[in-house]
Amino acid sequence: MALQSLDIVRRSATTLPSPEARGAHTGQVAKLIDTSKCIGCKACQVACMEWNDLRDDIGTCTGHYDNPADLSGQSWTLMRFAEYENPKGELEWLIRKDGCMHCEDPGCLKACPAPGAIVQYANGIVDFQEENCIGCGYCIAGCPFDIPRISKRDRKAYKCTLCSDRVAVGLEPACVKACPTGAIVFGTKEDMTQHAQERIEDLKSRGFDQAGLYDPAGVGGTHVMYVLHHADQPALYSGLPEAPRISPAVRAWKGLSKPLALMAIAATAALGFLHYIGVGPNETDERDEEAARRDLERTP
Amino acid sequence: MTANHADRIPRYGAATRINHWIVAITFVLLALSGFALFHPALFWLTNLFGGGPWTRLLHPFMGCFLVAAFLALGLRVGRDNTFEQRDWAWLRRFNDVVQNREQNLPDVGRYNGGQKFLYFTIVLCLTLLFLSGLVIWREYFSAHVSVGVLRLGSLAHAFLAVVLTCAIVVHIYAALWVKGSIRAMTRGWVAPGWAWKHHRAWYREVTRNPQQR
Repeated sequence: MALQSLDIVRRSATTLPSPEARGAHTGQVAKLIDTSKCIGCKACQVACMEWNDLRDDIGTCTGHYDNPADLSGQSWTLMRFAEYENPKGELEWLIRKDGCMHCEDPGCLKACPAPGAIVQYANGIVDFQEENCIGCGYCIAGCPFDIPRISKRDRKAYKCTLCSDRVAVGLEPACVKACPTGAIVFGTKEDMTQHAQERIEDLKSRGFDQAGLYDPAGVGGTHVMYVLHHADQPALYSGLPEAPRISPAVRAWKGLSKPLALMAIAATAALGFLHYIGVGPNETDERDEEAARRDLERTP
Repeated sequence: MTANHADRIPRYGAATRINHWIVAITFVLLALSGFALFHPALFWLTNLFGGGPWTRLLHPFMGCFLVAAFLALGLRVGRDNTFEQRDWAWLRRFNDVVQNREQNLPDVGRYNGGQKFLYFTIVLCLTLLFLSGLVIWREYFSAHVSVGVLRLGSLAHAFLAVVLTCAIVVHIYAALWVKGSIRAMTRGWVAPGWAWKHHRAWYREVTRNPQQR
């Protein structure tokens, strides 16, 4: 596929704008995951495996339902199961489909040092282009959600692509296609936000006063959103961050420090040059040799 | 300048010279590969190392090699780099130093205050670069630290690399500025006039007792 038809609006480690004449004028996309409808069947995990031809190593039981135990180069999405005892003393099973959130302001893309290894399409999808990946793992440091994984097979970074290949030809992501309860839906971000509001109203009428949409503003919003029954406590859902943002350390590392550092080195060299021209070299001549000889005779 | 062969004062033995240039070349390779991954405008430097993945793979190993090579060099020259009273006096007269007015400076031993300051800058930067480098070495170590440590390690590694590079630029310039210095590290000797002018206390020490060094 020609790169132009991918409508890439942002590339990692690229200082000038990417070709961005073509925009997503019919709206950016979003996947909405309704945790209140999820039954934890893992069909989404299987669909992801099938569509992307991924087969993770067979693991071992770690004593909970999460299987595999963590995301990996071969597992790009994962149901995380949390048992929560609510104030009424009832057990709530909070199941969250974990994976890339496709941030509008992606920390991985900001941290990546390899030009074009991480791109963002006009429709909002953040995608890794593994042929440009150098395997440094800076995306892991940049991500506020702990998503990218370096494959042990090829030392490349992998994560959910939001099925960018399917979306590009008008299909919904594989996980959406497979979900039997309609907990995962896909469409424009606008439509998904609206749909979420309907779901939240419904949940509130059923006693979940704190139901809400998880579309964190700290990363400019995300193209994967959650409907949470306890939107006031996202951490209940296996540590979903309350206010994710690109870490100030990553911003400092990847922001002003880049031009400042090169300027500091250039300025040091320039100072040396100016000193050489202005003051000149420090030389020794015959008189110093003579002085050295006399000094030697004086000392015992 | 052209000291008689017999007058030449040895300053660095062959082992020290070789050690220094191993460190110097390794540092240049590390700086090239490191800055290639630091600023997008310099990513093309990865071509010198066989591309991005090769640069990422080689850089930390070169770093370990540099630390080992510098350990030998640093221990060798370390005993002459402890600060004395006269070094602080020398540093206070920094203006005379840069104006080439050495007659106003106190006598200097084997190394002057500026050289000692550089020595400790290098030791400190290399130690911290080594530790922060381990933290961000994805293949072996990064999985064992928290993401907060990983972020701080990345930032610290970049910051320290810039400080060290500036220090090395100063080191290289000083060698170009003070004529007769480079020969000490290429051929191993200096002229008596050079030693008398720039390191008088050391000059008297070695001429009084040539066996000492």
